[in-house]
Amino acid sequence: MEKQMIIKKLTEIFKDVFDLDDVVITENTTADDIEEWDSLEHINLINAVEKTFKMRFKMPEVSTMKNVGEMISIIESRSKL
Amino acid sequence: MNILSYPFDGDYILKHKKAVKKQLLSENTGRIKIKIAVLGGSTTNEIVNIMELFLLSYGLEPDFYQSEYAQYWQDAVFSSQTLDDFHPDLIYIHTTNRNITEFKADMTLSQEQTDEAVMRQFRHFEEAWTALSDRFGCPIIQNNFEMPFYRLLGNKDSTDHRGRLNFINRLNVMFAEYASSHKNFYINDINYVSACFGLDRWSDMQVWYMYKYALAISAIPELAFNTANIIKSIYGKNKKMLVLDLDNTLWGGVIGDNGVNGIEIGHETGMAEAYTGFQEYIKEHKQLGVLLAVNSKNDRENALSGLRHPDTVLTEDDFVTIKANWNNKDDNILEIASDVSILPESFVFADDNPAERAIVASQVSGVSTPELDTVENYIKILDRNSYFELTSYTADDVKRNDMYKANLQRLQSMKKFSDYNEYLLSLDMKAQISDFEPVYLERIVQLTNKSNQFNLTTKRYTMAEMSDTFESPDYIRLFGKLTDKYGDNGIVSVVIGEIKNTQLHIDLWLMSCRVLKRNMEYAMLDELISQCSKRGISEVYGYYYKTAKNSMVENLYGDFGFMQTENNEDGSRVFRLCTDDYMGKNKVIKVNDNGGN
Repeated sequence: MEKQMIIKKLTEIFKDVFDLDDVVITENTTADDIEEWDSLEHINLINAVEKTFKMRFKMPEVSTMKNVGEMISIIESRSKL
Repeated sequence: MNILSYPFDGDYILKHKKAVKKQLLSENTGRIKIKIAVLGGSTTNEIVNIMELFLLSYGLEPDFYQSEYAQYWQDAVFSSQTLDDFHPDLIYIHTTNRNITEFKADMTLSQEQTDEAVMRQFRHFEEAWTALSDRFGCPIIQNNFEMPFYRLLGNKDSTDHRGRLNFINRLNVMFAEYASSHKNFYINDINYVSACFGLDRWSDMQVWYMYKYALAISAIPELAFNTANIIKSIYGKNKKMLVLDLDNTLWGGVIGDNGVNGIEIGHETGMAEAYTGFQEYIKEHKQLGVLLAVNSKNDRENALSGLRHPDTVLTEDDFVTIKANWNNKDDNILEIASDVSILPESFVFADDNPAERAIVASQVSGVSTPELDTVENYIKILDRNSYFELTSYTADDVKRNDMYKANLQRLQSMKKFSDYNEYLLSLDMKAQISDFEPVYLERIVQLTNKSNQFNLTTKRYTMAEMSDTFESPDYIRLFGKLTDKYGDNGIVSVVIGEIKNTQLHIDLWLMSCRVLKRNMEYAMLDELISQCSKRGISEVYGYYYKTAKNSMVENLYGDFGFMQTENNEDGSRVFRLCTDDYMGKNKVIKVNDNGGN
């Protein structure tokens, strides 16, 4: 799947999970940029991303992803869509 | 809300939980507030978040306490100030097979040693339940155990005393036995729910190792739904009536077109067997006290001929009422609701036709319209929604259909009398009105928690609170049972007043709407005043607290002859009566006549 398509879908997920209508994400976005993105919601975010892209993150990835860019490259390499 | 009824998309609920919560909070009002302590043996945050959504959809507004991580046992057994200050109305213990500590995978263990380990493990939990019950006396919901996701001994894991699965199965039986012998204690059957969900999907190791969730994130809505269903049942939010379509719902085909011999029911074809299976499932509900009715677009004679088919399981007699006509189905439902005096929000409407479901759902607020798709799925769809989740069962339940049917006969006979009083006398009514009796406590609690309309204060009681009230000398308590020539209505009214010197303050006055306009409330008042006089009580205070549903009794005390002393902006009112010059009001019901003549 193309990166632009992934970002578009991710934006929808971020909107829903954090209940923010005007959220904008880039490859450099991190949890520090979004107030609602705390450790509890991170779990929910990961689940929503996995279900949307029909893939799973590996254990270390879940906690070591530094920004949305890293998330996107994992999705790119693994998504079954 | 439809996204919260089975079959729901758990991942959708998780993803949209914030928006769903906002919408639920904006929707219904008059919610019952409950304080729920969640004592976890693993992480509980998201479980609580999702449980809140389901509870809100049932008209319950929870406030949660959560244990520190995995501190369920410490919180239960040792007193915790924050938990004590929280005063829970209900406790949910979320433990899983991750909290089994006494099992050792050790093939040198003797049967006796295993027996002791099982017992030690059971006592560990029992100690927590006893401590909580002593301290809070509120309902406790306890998970049983899901099966382990691996079997060291293979198939022998279930049969060998050294098998983990064997150990878990034995504990589950002991938990079940404890629940069946202890009131106010409910098992949350996660063993069943995880099996339905799929044990492999349920046992997500990643979220266990990473966040200490003992189940997959996607499984949380299933767990939360099952738990919320027990809670709503305890709080009297079960559905009461199942209204059924006929064509392609109770039998295959359209009886008006195919004729009675052309419908599919019986055992001749697979389809016929599927409809028979569904009819049997429906009929089994009668003994649970679920009321059944028909709502079908048909000529009445055609509809009845289907219920007289030689292979039919359900017959005319099984239904409280049968609406087979060409009216809109939402109008029929409202008519049924008014005939039997049950709020339409307590109805489930089962119809295979999405258009009929949609119109009923949009026109009748609160009615559930499960999405029946194909007949082989009907049972599952109704069953998993737990509309009639059984947390208490009383002898009256099994008779309920007959009671309501008798009520409709009364309505018909009433039309023959020109004088209403004459009609009441013709009913030959007899009442027993007396202090609570232990055998009726469960029914009293059940009635108290589900009466909404004829209910002055809408005060809810747990079994424990009702027992305390029952044992206290500071209250006058009355229950009323009513029989008449058509049958026994069972316990239909409850009154509780708190004694303060020479005053009585009425905390609770309620009556089942199936005995409206029978002067039963007069009989209750006569008995209450007579009890007051015996105890030297000279003043009685009645309270009316307005809710969305109890406007029918806003002036009950006024009609009784009480003087209004307060009329507040929030709709609440206070009334006072001096007992000195009270004159008996009931002239039509024989009270406490033991049949001895």
